[in-house]
Amino acid sequence: MSQPDNKTEEARSKGVLTADTIYRALLLGCASLIIVIVLAMLVVIGQGSLLSIREFGFHFLIGSVWDPVKGEFGALPFIYGTVVSSVIAVLIATPLSIGVAVFLVEQAPRSLARPIGFLVELLAAIPSVVYGLWAIFVLAPLLRVYVQPPLQAALGWTPFFKGTATGIGMFTGGLILAIMITPIITAVVRDILEAVPVTQREAALALGATKWETTKIVLANASSGIAGAVILGLGRAIGETMAVTMIIGNRPQISVSLFEPGYTIASVIANEFTEATGDLYLSALVEMGLILFVVTFVVTAVAKLLILSVGRKTRRTA
Amino acid sequence: MSKIRVTNLDFFYAKVQALHGISIEIPQNEVVAFIGPSGCGKSTFLRTLNRMNDTIPNTRADGEILIDGVNINDSKTDVVALRRKVGMVFQKSNPFPKSIFDNVAYGIQINGLHSNKADLAARVEKALTDAALWNEVKDRLNTSAFGLSGGQQQRLCIARALAVQPEIVLMDEPASALDPMATQKIEELVVELKRDYTIIIVTHNMQQAARVSDKTAFFMLGKLVEFNPTQKMFTNPNEKLTEDYITGRFG
Repeated sequence: MSQPDNKTEEARSKGVLTADTIYRALLLGCASLIIVIVLAMLVVIGQGSLLSIREFGFHFLIGSVWDPVKGEFGALPFIYGTVVSSVIAVLIATPLSIGVAVFLVEQAPRSLARPIGFLVELLAAIPSVVYGLWAIFVLAPLLRVYVQPPLQAALGWTPFFKGTATGIGMFTGGLILAIMITPIITAVVRDILEAVPVTQREAALALGATKWETTKIVLANASSGIAGAVILGLGRAIGETMAVTMIIGNRPQISVSLFEPGYTIASVIANEFTEATGDLYLSALVEMGLILFVVTFVVTAVAKLLILSVGRKTRRTA
Repeated sequence: MSKIRVTNLDFFYAKVQALHGISIEIPQNEVVAFIGPSGCGKSTFLRTLNRMNDTIPNTRADGEILIDGVNINDSKTDVVALRRKVGMVFQKSNPFPKSIFDNVAYGIQINGLHSNKADLAARVEKALTDAALWNEVKDRLNTSAFGLSGGQQQRLCIARALAVQPEIVLMDEPASALDPMATQKIEELVVELKRDYTIIIVTHNMQQAARVSDKTAFFMLGKLVEFNPTQKMFTNPNEKLTEDYITGRFG
C-alpha cells in the first residue's frame, strides 16, 4: 500500500472547499430570501399607503370613523377589534392547550394519546372558512341560547357583557379564534413537553413527588418553549381573516361589551378590497395592511419581552 | 437484621425477562455495590427497590421485596411514601431549573417536612453540608443550579436526595460522568454517608466498588451470580465467573 500522493489529496481538499462554499452560499441564499420577501412586502405596502398617509397622517391611527362614501377613514376600531379578539383567543386557548398537552404527554395511555394527538393535528389543518361556517350555524346559535344569557345574568353588571345577546360579535369571534389556535398551541406544547428529559420526571418522583408535583417540574422545564407556542398562536389569531370575518359582526365600532359586534383589520381588507373605488379608499385599505404588519410585530415583541423578564428569574441563567 | 430482603424477584420488560429469581439481603448502614457487565440487570434491580420502573409502561415485577419487613412490591404500596424513604441519585446529574437553594428545598417542601422558613433553611444547609457542598455554594444559594460544575451538580443531587431524610439511598452509577477529582469526592462522601444511611451503588468501575463498598453483588445476564463481602469478592471469590469478570477476562 502506498501513501496517497499529494496531488490526489490536494484535489480532494480543493473539492471539499468548493463544495462547502456552494453549500454555504445555498443556505445563505435561502435565509436571505426571507429578508428580501419581508422588505419587498414592506416596500409595496408602504408605497400603496403613501396616498392615505399623506391625506390623514397620524389621525388615521386614532380616527374611529370609517366612511368610504365621505372619504373618511380611521383605523382605531379595527386595531381594537384585532387586538381584543386575539387577546380573548389567547386567554382561552392557552390554559386549554396546556391542559390537553399535559394530558397527552403525562397522563394518557399510549392507546389514547396517539388518536387524540392525531385529531389535534387534524384540527390544525381544517381551513378557516370551515371554522367560520361552523361558527355561524352551530357555535353562534348555541352561544346565543345557552351561554350568553347565563353569562349576562351572572356578570351583566360589568361593562363586558351588556347589550343584546345575538351570538354574533366580539365574544364569538374571540371564541372561534381560540378554538382555531388551540390545536396549534397544543401540538407545539406537546412536542416541548415530550422533549423534557425523563430524568427530570424521575428526579421529582424519586423525591416522593406526586403526579401533579412532577408535572409542575416538567412545566418549569418547558416554560420558555410554552411561551413561544403561545406567541405562535397569538400571531395566528391576529392575522386570521376568514372565520372571524364571518362571525364578528363587521361593524367598525369600539365597544367595551363583548356581545357587541366588532371588526378586525384583516376582515376589513378581505371584505372591502374588491369594492374599493377610488385611489384614496384603496390606499386606506393598504395602509390597514401596513398597520396589521406593525401590530403583529409590536404584539409579538411585547410578548417576547414579557417572557424574557419573567424567564430571567427562573431559567438557566447562572 | 437486614434492611432490605428480596426473595425470588423476576422482572419483565413486556415479554423480555430482565431479572431471574434474585434473592439478596442487604444490611443496614452498609454500602453495597452492584457490579456486572452492561445489560446485566443491575440498574433494573436497583430501580425495583423504589418502584421507579413503574414509570416504564409494560413492565412487571414478581416476587417479594421486604423493606423493614414490609413488602413494597405490592399494588397497595404507597409509592410516594416509599420513594421518600428510599432516595435515589441518578447516573446523569439532573438538577431542576431552579436555584441551588430551591433544588434542595424542593423535596422538603413537597413532603411538608419543615415547620417554618428558618427550619427549611436549616434543613437545606444540613443537606448541603452532608453532601460536602455547603462551603462551595453557601454564597450563591440563589443562583441557578446549572451554573455549577458537573461534579458539584451531582453532589447537589445527592444533597437534594438527603434533604428528605431517606433511610436508603440508591445510586445509579453516580460518578460515571465525572472526572477523577469529582469522582473521588463522591466516593469519600459515600463512605461518609453510611453512618446514617443504607447505600446501594451501581458501578461499572471495579476499583470504585472495591474502594467504597462493604459488600459487593455481581450480576450477569439478569442473575445474581455472587454476593459476598467486598474483600472476599476481590481476593477470593467463590465463583469462577466472578473471578473472570473482576480480573477483566471479559465485560
